Amino acid sequence: MSAVGNPLVSRGRRARRRKLTGQIMEVLATAAALLAAAALAIVIITVAKRAAPALNVDFFTQNAAPFGGAGGGIENAIVGTLIITGIATAIALPAGVLLAIFNTEFAPRRLADLISLTLNVLAGVPTIVIGVFIFALVVVGRGQSAFAGSLGLSIVMLPLVARASEEVLRLVPSHLREGGMALGATRARTVITVILPTAIGGIVTATIVAVARAAGETAPLLFTTSIFVGTAVNTDPSQAMASIPMVIFSYSESPDPHAQQQAWAAALVLVAVVLVGSIAGRLLSLRTRRQIEQVR
Amino acid sequence: MTTETPTSHIPLSARRRWRLGDVLLQGIAGAAALGLAALMVLLVVEVVGQAHAALSEFGLGFLHTSVWNTVKDTYGALDLIFGTLVTAAVALLIAVPLAIAIGLFLSELAPRALRTPVGTMVELLAAIPSVVLGLWGILVLGPFLNEHVEPFMIAHLGFVPFLDGFPSPVGLLPACLILTLMVVPIVASISRELFTSVPGELKQGALALGATRWEMVRGVAMPQVSGGLVAAVMLGFGRAVGEAIAVTQVIGGSLTRPDSIYAPADTMASRLAAQYAGTATSLQKSSLAYLAVILLVISLLTNVAAQVIVRRIQRRLGHR
Amino acid sequence: MSTVSEPDRAERTEAAQPEDTTDAVLQQSQSKLGELAAQHTPVPEEQREPVLRLDGVTVSYSGAPAVCDVTMDVFRYQVTAFIGPSGCGKTTLLRSLNRMNDLITGATVDGRITYHGHDLYGSAVDPVEVRRRIGMVFQRPNPFPKSIFDNVAFGLRLHGMKDNLDERVETALSKAALWDEVKDRLNKSALALSGGQQQRLCIARALAIEPEIVLMDEPASALDPIATQRIEDLVGELKRDYTIVIVTHNMQQAARVADMTAFFSVDVKDGGHRNGVLVEYAPTADLFIRPADSRTEAYVTGRFG
Repeated sequence: MSAVGNPLVSRGRRARRRKLTGQIMEVLATAAALLAAAALAIVIITVAKRAAPALNVDFFTQNAAPFGGAGGGIENAIVGTLIITGIATAIALPAGVLLAIFNTEFAPRRLADLISLTLNVLAGVPTIVIGVFIFALVVVGRGQSAFAGSLGLSIVMLPLVARASEEVLRLVPSHLREGGMALGATRARTVITVILPTAIGGIVTATIVAVARAAGETAPLLFTTSIFVGTAVNTDPSQAMASIPMVIFSYSESPDPHAQQQAWAAALVLVAVVLVGSIAGRLLSLRTRRQIEQVR
Repeated sequence: MTTETPTSHIPLSARRRWRLGDVLLQGIAGAAALGLAALMVLLVVEVVGQAHAALSEFGLGFLHTSVWNTVKDTYGALDLIFGTLVTAAVALLIAVPLAIAIGLFLSELAPRALRTPVGTMVELLAAIPSVVLGLWGILVLGPFLNEHVEPFMIAHLGFVPFLDGFPSPVGLLPACLILTLMVVPIVASISRELFTSVPGELKQGALALGATRWEMVRGVAMPQVSGGLVAAVMLGFGRAVGEAIAVTQVIGGSLTRPDSIYAPADTMASRLAAQYAGTATSLQKSSLAYLAVILLVISLLTNVAAQVIVRRIQRRLGHR
Repeated sequence: MSTVSEPDRAERTEAAQPEDTTDAVLQQSQSKLGELAAQHTPVPEEQREPVLRLDGVTVSYSGAPAVCDVTMDVFRYQVTAFIGPSGCGKTTLLRSLNRMNDLITGATVDGRITYHGHDLYGSAVDPVEVRRRIGMVFQRPNPFPKSIFDNVAFGLRLHGMKDNLDERVETALSKAALWDEVKDRLNKSALALSGGQQQRLCIARALAIEPEIVLMDEPASALDPIATQRIEDLVGELKRDYTIVIVTHNMQQAARVADMTAFFSVDVKDGGHRNGVLVEYAPTADLFIRPADSRTEAYVTGRFG
């Protein structure tokens, strides 16, 4: 069948223009996605390439060389980040889960909505403002401390843990809840012995993602735990502690190529932690969701 | 809820213990909620408190005064507000169309196999810590712009006001681009969710009338989700305005208003990050806290507005 | 027979009665269907003009056939109904007539569907053009979240039929028997209309771009009886200007509105794989009153669902 006189073939300027426009838009959309993926790749690859020369065992086991000389590592910063993030998690995790429990078990609809709104608003507060807040609350008069930094990080983590935990708790099928209570168990018992264990996977996932996020935050630490004495490893939370983000931040502005090198290497460590945490979080959350669906 | 028969075999003391546990759990959970409220109030109080001196000294004039003089101890945020708005606006201008396109790609165009990997890559972009992006900005992007892009732009686009100047490794342009990288994932993932939520029957109705896929998106899908897109843009704006670390690393921290997009400049968040730790006078510190107050107000307004839009959409969807 | 004792025979006669009654009811319903179907004066075969010809058409999803080997013609200015139990691929086949199955990944169409002699799935064919000429109305009304006017004008604006826009919208709404009800509120949201009105709006929207064929996928199944009646009346009027193919699970509806009826059924192959097949295609009166195939007879007399 020839195309001549075939009404089903697009003819006419208008029809062809519409077809072309559609195709161009699809190409543009694909290009946009590729651009974003390329940007990610470029950043990660650059960090990896520039960090490579500095990555050796010393980097992880030594502290910064005195006066920024050659050699040395970020051991104190690694320890510091572990401790600061650890304390922050110890604060944010129970608080976030309790908030989620309150919202799903005890709060009337409107109050739960209000709390969710508040959490979302809190999540939107610039981290630098949170830094100022903690500075005013804890540092003024007392001096910097790792603990103050932890407080700041915990505020960043709180909405993440609370929102994600609430999502998981709501996923728990109601027949589990009702079943527990029909047997005469009280609310508390049902929550602790039935609901939480079912939701635990999702809560752990949420925590991992929140920790990965918090580990990379600099602004809450900027005014609270950035000035520390010496370069030795410090494990006292009442004192300021080094941290990986702060190392990157301060070294990034240094003209000394050696310091810059250390900054790249520290950045790679941070990126690795954050990416692994995020990817692990996503994979786990898919698995948890599937598990809870099966319980339905 | 009667607990007569089923629990009568449990000794009284245990029952009393669990009922106590009930009260306890509700109490602690309620305390957490109260704690959240207290936190928000405390946040506002403390930050405003830090800014108190500057608030009373300068009042609202702070917002339209263009000075930052530590010797004369007088400060004004106008240049910083300018820098904040310019960087945020340019970032949104580039990021929003890109992000919506990505959202469309992920929800409509991409073959199913590609959706998760590409979607994950876009979200991982959001996971990169801002200090790392800032490092990349200072040591890679800035010099690259300085050597290759900015001279090109000056040569070919120099007739446009604000696009004529001198190349610089630090300045507004790298800041805008870094902010773009941060805003894209936020708006893209929300867009993707929005487009996926458009009922299939609506899309099919448009296609059955002979619309191309793009015409369906433009004529039916986008109007359907327009409210949500507005909320997404607001959240992106909030992010761009509030970013301090990466911006301060690449923008140059200049005290004067930039005369071109290549020149060093400063934003409110960036100035705050750069100077708050070590100030010459307490009025300076207070003025910096004043900047924090402005940032807080902007973030509260944009986030509450975005949430209100989201609630309204959810209610409308639930209604149908 | 002679060995059966008296009480047993009495029992059997007793037991036989309910079956007799059911048979009687079924016969009644078939004759009712026949009555409805007989209203249609069949167009003599020589005068039937095919617009769509299907030849050995099989539609598959990711390799699994949903409806197999369909050969039939759709005739101009006639209402053709697809009837049959659920799962027999009626809707799948309908959607392949305006290439809506293209939207489903993995959907393939084997065999040949021609529109006025041109292959619907030819390599140069633009699905956009196909859908302009072959419109579709869906099971559930799906008006756009726009005004009534903009809903109808949507297709017109797409295809550049913007001259006399107001007139065209009015004409389309009149043809869909909706004009009088909405003429004073064209700017109001289409979502404020009742279900039946929304469906007529969707019909108007489809008619506005002047298709030749209108495909309807159970257009009244989501509506109340009164709205259903109006849709059926509408179909009867529309066939003067359009060719209509309607999928329905309601036999009475098919008997009321259709000139030609195609009966599909489910074929279970070894391995348990089910697909739809065209069992019988005939003028409605013939299909309901004198079905040629036993499966058709079983279906129209209600012996199975």
